[in-house]
Amino acid sequence: MNYIPLYVILPLLAGVIIPIVGRKVKFIPALLTNLVLLFLTILTVLFILKGDFFMVYKVGGWGIIKGIPVGIFLVVDALSRLVLLIVNLIGLCAGLYSISYIKKFTGEEKYFALFSLMIAGMNGVVISGDLFNIFVFLEIAAIASYALVAFGIRKEELEASFKYQVLGGISSMMILLGIGITYWAFSTLNIADVSSLLRSRNPGRIVFFIQALFLMGFGLKAALVPFHSWLPDAHSSAPSPISAMLSGVLIKAIGMYVILRLFFNMFPVSYKTSLIITLIGALSMIIGVFLAIGQWDIKRLLAYHSISQMGYVVTGIGAGLLLISKGQDLSLAAFAILGGIFHLYNHAIFKGLLFLTAGSVEHRTGLRDMRQIGGLGQKMHLTTTSSLAASMAIAGIPPFNGFFSKLIIIIALLKAHYYMLSFFAVLVSVITLSSFLKLQRYTFFEKLKQDWQQIKESPFWMTSSMLFMAMLCLVTSALIIPGIRERFLSPAVKALMELGRYSLNVLGQ
Amino acid sequence: MIVFILCVLLFLVGLYGVLIKRNLIKIIIGLAIMEYSVNLFLILVGYRDKGTSPIVTKGLENALFVDPLPQAMVLTAIVIGVATTALLLGIAVMIYKKYGTFNIRKINELKG
Repeated sequence: MNYIPLYVILPLLAGVIIPIVGRKVKFIPALLTNLVLLFLTILTVLFILKGDFFMVYKVGGWGIIKGIPVGIFLVVDALSRLVLLIVNLIGLCAGLYSISYIKKFTGEEKYFALFSLMIAGMNGVVISGDLFNIFVFLEIAAIASYALVAFGIRKEELEASFKYQVLGGISSMMILLGIGITYWAFSTLNIADVSSLLRSRNPGRIVFFIQALFLMGFGLKAALVPFHSWLPDAHSSAPSPISAMLSGVLIKAIGMYVILRLFFNMFPVSYKTSLIITLIGALSMIIGVFLAIGQWDIKRLLAYHSISQMGYVVTGIGAGLLLISKGQDLSLAAFAILGGIFHLYNHAIFKGLLFLTAGSVEHRTGLRDMRQIGGLGQKMHLTTTSSLAASMAIAGIPPFNGFFSKLIIIIALLKAHYYMLSFFAVLVSVITLSSFLKLQRYTFFEKLKQDWQQIKESPFWMTSSMLFMAMLCLVTSALIIPGIRERFLSPAVKALMELGRYSLNVLGQ
Repeated sequence: MIVFILCVLLFLVGLYGVLIKRNLIKIIIGLAIMEYSVNLFLILVGYRDKGTSPIVTKGLENALFVDPLPQAMVLTAIVIGVATTALLLGIAVMIYKKYGTFNIRKINELKG
């Protein structure tokens, strides 16, 4: 049995059923969404327990005819199953959290329908092995997220959503243009087929143009630095579970994952492009954190840190690409990429959790400005605990997961003699720490203000999903232990490191 | 070749509209123009000079056909474009109701 299509079919089906049934039966929307996400999470964990594996599903049974792949291929390999786990697990936590949180809005069924559609789009991007298919699913996820950002229909939410849509529209057009030029040059859109064509003949200059278009398009979706201006508005205006999904998952699934897949497994690795990717990563890391320093709005601060943390991921991966393109010391390249991917996974968890705790504070106080909140630690114990865990994870305090991934990236940069980059990585980490000390002190640890004497802890579903994610922050550190690492992270790194292997695996079946 | 250059020009016209214009509706029109230029490009990629429509009939198996795949892609892209434009216009109308203007210089609640 091949279960891959379920990743798209089930959430899409839920997205259709919910608005029809949900208006009459109140408990259906939340129940259906969370059941689908729970099922998909379990399915992904089962995939992961199988160890190193590769699976192809040919839509409609259209396989390879005379060496040409005619149909759409859905591919799950070690890297995509890691991103699938992020999408569905964080989706499940945000979905459970929404049960209590969304009570203050009207139109619960519309919220959950859009949520399911967004999940379907992200899962679709991650499993598809075809460029145009990626574009279609990317638009499903993006349109659902545009609508969700504007869900509260207050002034600033509408404005943020409009800004997000205009920039998202430009990036989609860049991607579509890139796809058109790819089809012009290679007469195929299957990633594996394009890759094997690129490796067998000299592609010429057109490849640089395609690479530039894709880097701009997906870089805008991933909010890397020259293209980051929409992120703080959109991510801070959305309802909090959606902010957690946008910052924790969406920028990774439809931005970062596709960049990884295309620049490792499709395009030939060249020194120039790897240098550009590393520079973009370093710039995002540094500029993101400096923009975050002056923020007093909790969610805006978190949003700016997302840019900076994504910079770490791109820097690690870009350093790996640079080492591969020089052809020396491939084990060090694998180490840098391991750091990048591990940080991608960790960032999904702790940034998701941070947005959920910010939502919990906002749910009870109605405020997002740290200076007006204070001393909540004496009243909201569970929120404070989980926020503290997530802050320590993002700042890189030892037993938490963020420490290990940052350490790996910094050691890899030092070993590769990129001293400037490693210096900036340490500096950014210190500034991150100070910025989260500020958040903790002003929100949770000052004297309790008069207004908040009667405040209570958030409802059950919100606190339980926050505590679960706080636990994940600690537990995922274990993924780096030799023995567990070989089952989960190393196969994903191997899938990237064996550059042309992807296309051989897909076309060979 | 001249058609491709015109196509790029159309793309740039759309980009100009998005980047320079201050009216929300004009920005949306700019985005739509960009999208049409990309769709036009995709159609041009599949076009063959003197090609016929790609329907295989008896006696015409080896005729020169235009490439049907970009046409299918353009149909999908048009549908997606309709969805984005509809959502954008919906949001623009809501913004007009809240702010009373389409001028983006006056719509600036978000700062920093």
